[in-house]
Amino acid sequence: MNGVHDLGGMQCFGDVRPEPDEPVFHAGWEARTLALTLATGALGGWNIDQSRSARESLPPTTYLGSSYYRIWFEALERSIAAAGLLDGTHDGSARDWPTMASALAAGTSYLRASAAPALFAVGDPVRTRMMHPGGHTRLPRYARDRAATVVAVHGAFVYPDRSAVPIGVQPDGAPEWMYTIEIVGVDLWGPESDPSVCVCLEAWEPYLELAS
Amino acid sequence: MSGDHAHDHGEEHAAGSELSEMDARVRALETLLVGRGLVDPEVLDGIIETYEHEVGPHRGAAVVARAWVDPDFRDWLRHDATAAVASVGYGGRAGEHLVAVENTPDTHNLVVCTLCSCYPWPVLGLPPVWYKSPAYRAKAVRDPRGVLADFGMTLPPDMRIRVWDSTSEVRYLVIPMRPAGTESLTETELAALVDRDAMIGTGLVTAPR
Repeated sequence: MNGVHDLGGMQCFGDVRPEPDEPVFHAGWEARTLALTLATGALGGWNIDQSRSARESLPPTTYLGSSYYRIWFEALERSIAAAGLLDGTHDGSARDWPTMASALAAGTSYLRASAAPALFAVGDPVRTRMMHPGGHTRLPRYARDRAATVVAVHGAFVYPDRSAVPIGVQPDGAPEWMYTIEIVGVDLWGPESDPSVCVCLEAWEPYLELAS
Repeated sequence: MSGDHAHDHGEEHAAGSELSEMDARVRALETLLVGRGLVDPEVLDGIIETYEHEVGPHRGAAVVARAWVDPDFRDWLRHDATAAVASVGYGGRAGEHLVAVENTPDTHNLVVCTLCSCYPWPVLGLPPVWYKSPAYRAKAVRDPRGVLADFGMTLPPDMRIRVWDSTSEVRYLVIPMRPAGTESLTETELAALVDRDAMIGTGLVTAPR
């Protein structure tokens, strides 16, 4: 979805303003929002791609007018409602702290086995596809329909575009090969742009075609 | 406790009404979830304690210092950062697939997530507000030198800049260049020189005066 979350390359947001001695949280509710997001996520009602999609699907004015933890909270409320967590059928399944601490320490691998061989190898010239899918995708607009070079092959990973089905629908976890590709800055921003810049990003195989 | 940090912060938090409104909404949701037995308050406290006090950029700094003093570790970090970082004791959520990118005399690296807020939690902790801000996410890929200028930093015009847009579950850690004049420092002393911004690419490491 071409949402306002897809910010790369926009020119209307001004300077970056680092905050000296920034605290980890700026208010108690921010800390509680982070914790509630992780604790409810552990219940398995949605995956990481669905939670990203929920944030991106907020009304554009809400997304751009909110601090980042507020974005998380607004999306969390909607995800809880979509999963029916508070409809009375999910009582009493809270994780305890040792279980949650182990889960945080272990993380969740998104690497999967793949039956098919990778189509591309390091050094291959590729082109990102021209695409504007209506659902969740991790190919930013600025990087579409661009010549690129494969600089790393990571393996087969869960494919966000299929994984981010609406909450409540069984996600499709079938993986796709994932690569890091490098795009020359002038191919993104034009011949007048800084020639010393290049941008690397991850691209799943369906985002790519062999350069002609 | 995190509530001790509550204070006004720029325009995003300037309105006291937002603070109190969000405080009330978050409390209400927590009460509902706890009441249904879906969330244990001890888990919430444990998560906050972990990310407020245990996980943070001091961990990434330890990894960088090890890479500076131990060529075998540096090589391991280049080829399998997830395993190399795990050997120092760090890993887990939002760091399941780590990649280390090294600054050199020819190339400077800068990490961003243009689509959301992807950041290597196990080695840097939670991201600062500016990293998640529209300004940084918009500007980093198009005008990285402008971003560096916002941080008071200028690089030679011919230095190559590689921007890493974190579009997958791969998370990036920048290994800054070791400053000259630090040959006599211990690994612990070196780690103390490395701050968060240097490991994102919006800063450099400088030798102690």
